[in-house]
Amino acid sequence: MAYRWTNTLTAEDVTPYSTFLNRRQLMAGMAAGGIAGALPMAARAQDGLEPNTFEEISNYCNYYEFGTGKEDPPRYADALTIDPWTVRIDGLVDKPGDYSFADILSQMTLEERIYRFRCVEAWSMVVPWNGFELADLLDWVGVQSAAKYVAFETVLRPDEMPGVSRPVLEWPYVEGLRLDEAMHPLTMVATGIYGRDIPKQNGAPMRLVVPWKYGFKSIKSIVRMSLVEDEPPASWNVANPREYGFYSNVNPKVDHPRWSQATERRLGGGLFAKRKPTLMFNGYEDEVASLYDGMDLQKFF
Amino acid sequence: MVDALNTALRRVPPWTLYILAPLPVAWIYYLGLTGGLGVDPAKRIEHQLGLWALWLLIAGLAVTPLRRWAGLNLMRFRRAIGVITFFYLLAHLLTWLVLDVQFQNVWADIVKRWYITVGMAAFVMMLPLAVTSNDYSLRRLGTRTWRKLHWLIYPAALLGALHFVLLVKGVQWEPVLYALVIIGLLISRIRPASRPGWGRITQA
Repeated sequence: MAYRWTNTLTAEDVTPYSTFLNRRQLMAGMAAGGIAGALPMAARAQDGLEPNTFEEISNYCNYYEFGTGKEDPPRYADALTIDPWTVRIDGLVDKPGDYSFADILSQMTLEERIYRFRCVEAWSMVVPWNGFELADLLDWVGVQSAAKYVAFETVLRPDEMPGVSRPVLEWPYVEGLRLDEAMHPLTMVATGIYGRDIPKQNGAPMRLVVPWKYGFKSIKSIVRMSLVEDEPPASWNVANPREYGFYSNVNPKVDHPRWSQATERRLGGGLFAKRKPTLMFNGYEDEVASLYDGMDLQKFF
Repeated sequence: MVDALNTALRRVPPWTLYILAPLPVAWIYYLGLTGGLGVDPAKRIEHQLGLWALWLLIAGLAVTPLRRWAGLNLMRFRRAIGVITFFYLLAHLLTWLVLDVQFQNVWADIVKRWYITVGMAAFVMMLPLAVTSNDYSLRRLGTRTWRKLHWLIYPAALLGALHFVLLVKGVQWEPVLYALVIIGLLISRIRPASRPGWGRITQA
C-alpha cells in the first residue's frame, strides 16, 4: 500500500497559536504536517474541528431500518441483537467464510480517527471514531486480482427493526465501493465512538466510515462483504439514481436536486449556528482526489 | 350532542383563536432555544411549524364538510383559522429562510428544488387570501369576486400536501396520509349538481 494514514491529533490537542479557539478544538484531516504549516493562520482556524458530543452523535441518526425520524434509531435500535455477530466475507477472496466479530477484532489494530461526517442532507458533525482500516481486513482475507469492487450489506431483521415493514427503501440496505476506495487508508470500519462501543443506532457492532463521501455510503451494521467484479448496487442509488450517484463524493460544486451542497450546517452549534462552506471531498481532497483523476465528477456524482 | 356543541361554541368569540395562535410558536421556539428539540433545533422548528400549517389547513378545509355531514357549525371560526394558517406558513417560511438556509442561494432553491418551488407557490397563493381576510376587502371586492379569489385555497392546499410528499427521502407514509386527507376533504365539498336542497354555502 502507498502509505498509511496516521491520525496525529486527538481531542486533547490544543491549538496554541490562537486566542479564539477553545481548548477542545483541534486540527483534523491535516494529515500532512507540512500542509498545515504552510497555511496562513486564518485558514487553519477554519479547519479547527471540535468533535460533537457523544450524546449528539448518538441521538441524531439516519438508520431507516429503525424509522425515518432522526430520533427513531436511538429509540428503537436497542432491540438489535449484536452478540453473536457474524460477517460473511465472500466473492473473489482467498479466504472466504463466516467470520465472527471477535475473530475479526482479534486480527485488527484499533485506532482513533477524528473525521468530518457530512450527510447528503447538508448537515455535518465531527466524530471521533474507533476502528480499523478496511484495507487491513481485506488484506487479511486476501483480495483476488479479478476483484474490482466491494459490496456491503446491512443486517436485516424484521423482528428487531420496526422500519423495514415500510418500503422506504429495498431491504436489506446495500452499498458498494470501488476497490481502490475500499483500500484507501482513510476508509475504516468503525467499532466505537469516543472509545466506547459504537451505539446500536450508529451501526453496531461494525460499520463503514468513508469520510470523503456522503454519510449514506458509510453502511451500518455490516453482515456481508463481497469482493466482486462489477459495480454492486447501492440502496439510495437504486431508489433514486437521479439524486444519489454510486460515488456520492462530498462535492460542493455538484448540486443535489434537494439540497444545495455548497454549504452545510454543523450540528451542535445551537439554533443560530452559521452555515459553513462545504469542503471538496469533505476536506480530504489532498488524500483522495487522485482516486478520481480524469473522471468527470459532474457525471460520476 | 352536536346541538349542544354548537350552542356552546356560539358563546366562544372567534378572536380567542388569535390570542391562542402564537402560543405554540412561542413554545416551539422556547424548546429550540433551551435544547428541548434535540441536536438540530432549526430543522425541528421548521418542520414543526410546517406541520402546524398543514394541520390548520386541514382544519380550515374541514369546516364545510363538518357542517354538511355532521351538522357542526364552525363557520364563525373559519376566517380566524385561515389567517392563523397563513401565520404558521409565514413562520415556517421565515424559519427556513433565516435559520436554515440563512438567505443563501434562496432564489436558486426556489427555482431548482421542486419541493421548495411547490411550497413557495402555495405561499404566494395564500398571500392574497390573508390580505383580503377582512370585512373591508369582502365589501370592496364583492362577495362573488372575493369567493372566487378564495378558491385559491384549494390548489394551495394540494401544493402544500405535495410539498410534504416531495420533501421526504424515499416513499414515506406520513406525507402521503396528509395528502390523502386533504384530497378527501376537497372531494367531500364537491356538490353533485343533481342533488337539490344543499342550499347555498354562506361565507363567514
